[in-house]
Amino acid sequence: MTILTERLADGVTGNGETRNGDSRTTATEATDSSASSAPSGAGEAVVEQLRFRPRVLVSRDRKELMLSLASGLTGSAGMCLVFDWSHPLTYAIWALLIFLTASYLLARDSQSPVVAADRLVTTLVWTSGGIAVSALVWMLVYVAVQGFKGLRLEFLSSDLSKVGPLDDGGGALHAIIGTLQQMMIASVISIPIAILTAVYLHEIKGRLSGLVRFVIDAMSGLPSIVAGLFIYTIWVLRGNGPSGLAAGLALAILMIPTVTRTAEEMLKTIDDGLRESALALGAPQWRSVLQVVLPTARSGLITASILGVARAVGETAPVLLTAFGSSSVNLNPFVGPQSDLPLFIYQLLRQPNANQIARAWTGALVLVLLVLVLFVLARVIGEHGARVRGGSR
Amino acid sequence: MATLTPETLTTKNDLFEEQTPRVVSRSVTRGDKIFRSVCAAAAMVSLFIIGGTAIFLGVKSVPALQETGFKNFFTTSVWNPTVGEYGVLGLLIGTIVIASVALAVAVPLALGLALFINEYAPSRLRRFLTSSVDLLAAMPSIIFGMWGLFALQAPLSGVAAWFSLHLSAIPFFRLSEADAPLIRSSFITGAVVALMIVPIITSVSRDVMAQCPRSQCEAALGLGGSRWGMIKQVLLPFGRAGITGAVLLGFGRALGETIAVALLISFIVQANPLILEQGGGSIASLIAIKFPEAQEVEISALIAAGLALFAMTLVVNLGARAIVRRTQMAA
Repeated sequence: MTILTERLADGVTGNGETRNGDSRTTATEATDSSASSAPSGAGEAVVEQLRFRPRVLVSRDRKELMLSLASGLTGSAGMCLVFDWSHPLTYAIWALLIFLTASYLLARDSQSPVVAADRLVTTLVWTSGGIAVSALVWMLVYVAVQGFKGLRLEFLSSDLSKVGPLDDGGGALHAIIGTLQQMMIASVISIPIAILTAVYLHEIKGRLSGLVRFVIDAMSGLPSIVAGLFIYTIWVLRGNGPSGLAAGLALAILMIPTVTRTAEEMLKTIDDGLRESALALGAPQWRSVLQVVLPTARSGLITASILGVARAVGETAPVLLTAFGSSSVNLNPFVGPQSDLPLFIYQLLRQPNANQIARAWTGALVLVLLVLVLFVLARVIGEHGARVRGGSR
Repeated sequence: MATLTPETLTTKNDLFEEQTPRVVSRSVTRGDKIFRSVCAAAAMVSLFIIGGTAIFLGVKSVPALQETGFKNFFTTSVWNPTVGEYGVLGLLIGTIVIASVALAVAVPLALGLALFINEYAPSRLRRFLTSSVDLLAAMPSIIFGMWGLFALQAPLSGVAAWFSLHLSAIPFFRLSEADAPLIRSSFITGAVVALMIVPIITSVSRDVMAQCPRSQCEAALGLGGSRWGMIKQVLLPFGRAGITGAVLLGFGRALGETIAVALLISFIVQANPLILEQGGGSIASLIAIKFPEAQEVEISALIAAGLALFAMTLVVNLGARAIVRRTQMAA
């Protein structure tokens, strides 16, 4: 029996090392999963190598695999022809079902039920990975295709105040300005608070840190619409009226837990030796934190902030409740209703009119591009930081 | 520490005491005190927000609860501002129905994904998948809602038709009449919400599974177990509590999901147990849909509904966090 080892792990070493790698990278208790992997960088690479396990495929296995694949594809095609189904999804589901049955039966007959069950689960696990990725790709492509038609310069330079629902033209300038101003306000408020909270939790470890952590947990699960209601009751209802500032406050509430958690993870990656050397040199704690710990964690903290912004930029509900939305440019975020991109999309989608829906798609494309840029930025800065930190050790 | 006098210094006992770590007094400078209180104040902001949310929403919901009666608010299904009748029972049920559908779809997908990333995927694919899941988490819910509305509606209503045809033995999958519309239903909404909660379930359960001592996993494989055998006998029993917590966290997210639900569902106030059929609702979508035109007491009623949602998600989330944290400590 010839055993074809598809790939061999290059670094399968003792368990002690694996544990180390694990505890460092996976202690991350992600709020938004986005928090979890961005920071890991250097540590993750180690774990990745260690956890790789060689897969062994005998030539008989390959034959069975090909056979069940072929039967799945052709069988499903046959069923689609006979029953006159046309949707690709139907085809894919039946192909998968036939493939699963065939590979299970083949493996059970040639080897054992244990092997067959293993193969069944392997296929299912691969399928779930495929579904997640293809849903994401489908969504991105769909938005790009639908939105690209309306993406003109005019879309970025005019608003909807003089455009009737049935007219062409018009754009999202008011929404883009609103988004930028609200994000600015939310960031200015929430990022300092969040980073100081993270310092309180990890550097000071104050008496209330247990309670604070509990509350941050509660906040990270706060539905965005409840945050909007809260700002509505304490700000908008008290005679201040709807404004970009109110929306910024509501978004700040949503950013605080994300940024705090990610920032705390970042602080955890800083070597204790750095803190101790600062203290040993006679620096008081505040100088060691402000001049040693935070600058070292800078790139991580920037990543944390960007992830927070990326979460808040797509929120519709709180803005709906606090800024109400409008169709014209409002440059003053302190007075009067304002719109932002998600709200712009939402309000257009609620009108049954092809023109408005096309505008909504273009707005969606701009929003997705914005989120993608933020996401990639967070990634690049995070990885750069991890490399710098990893290299200095 | 015992006082050191010349007589006692020579005894064995004191030699022993000499070895215990000495107490280092730490001087806290004034700068430190200021610094600490600034940080503490920042940390208190979160306390204020959560406490304030409960208090202010509570205060503002009093007028509506007085008008319609506390008991009626939670035991009837009606939303009629002109006569001042509000009741959210149907919407509470609808919220749970949508979140349950989302869980039913998301849990297998997310657990498969977590296993795939941790145990099956080759390292390059793993990095790509982690990024994809993170990106899925970063996508705005309005994009999910739009995409669900325009792209998923048709294929999913096909699935719904198949369910109603072949699985009508299950009461949920029945239809009230043969040609009932199958779009804008709790089922389709739940399926879209499922994609939105997959990232959180995946990442938390991944972290929990990664805590499992590798030596045990390797031992199971070394004894000749298949990979699935290892997962079933070692990984899942170890991570059971943590995975439950991850699922609960996803449930909490699904309960509070607003805009995608508001866009997708054909909103009704009554509970609709037939999940494949058009019509349904949730508390969060009620607020998003009714708020723009609401006046005085109706706003108060919406705030009361928001308070109920807040309480619900708070309980679910804190329970979930407690479970996840406990398993991590145990590991």
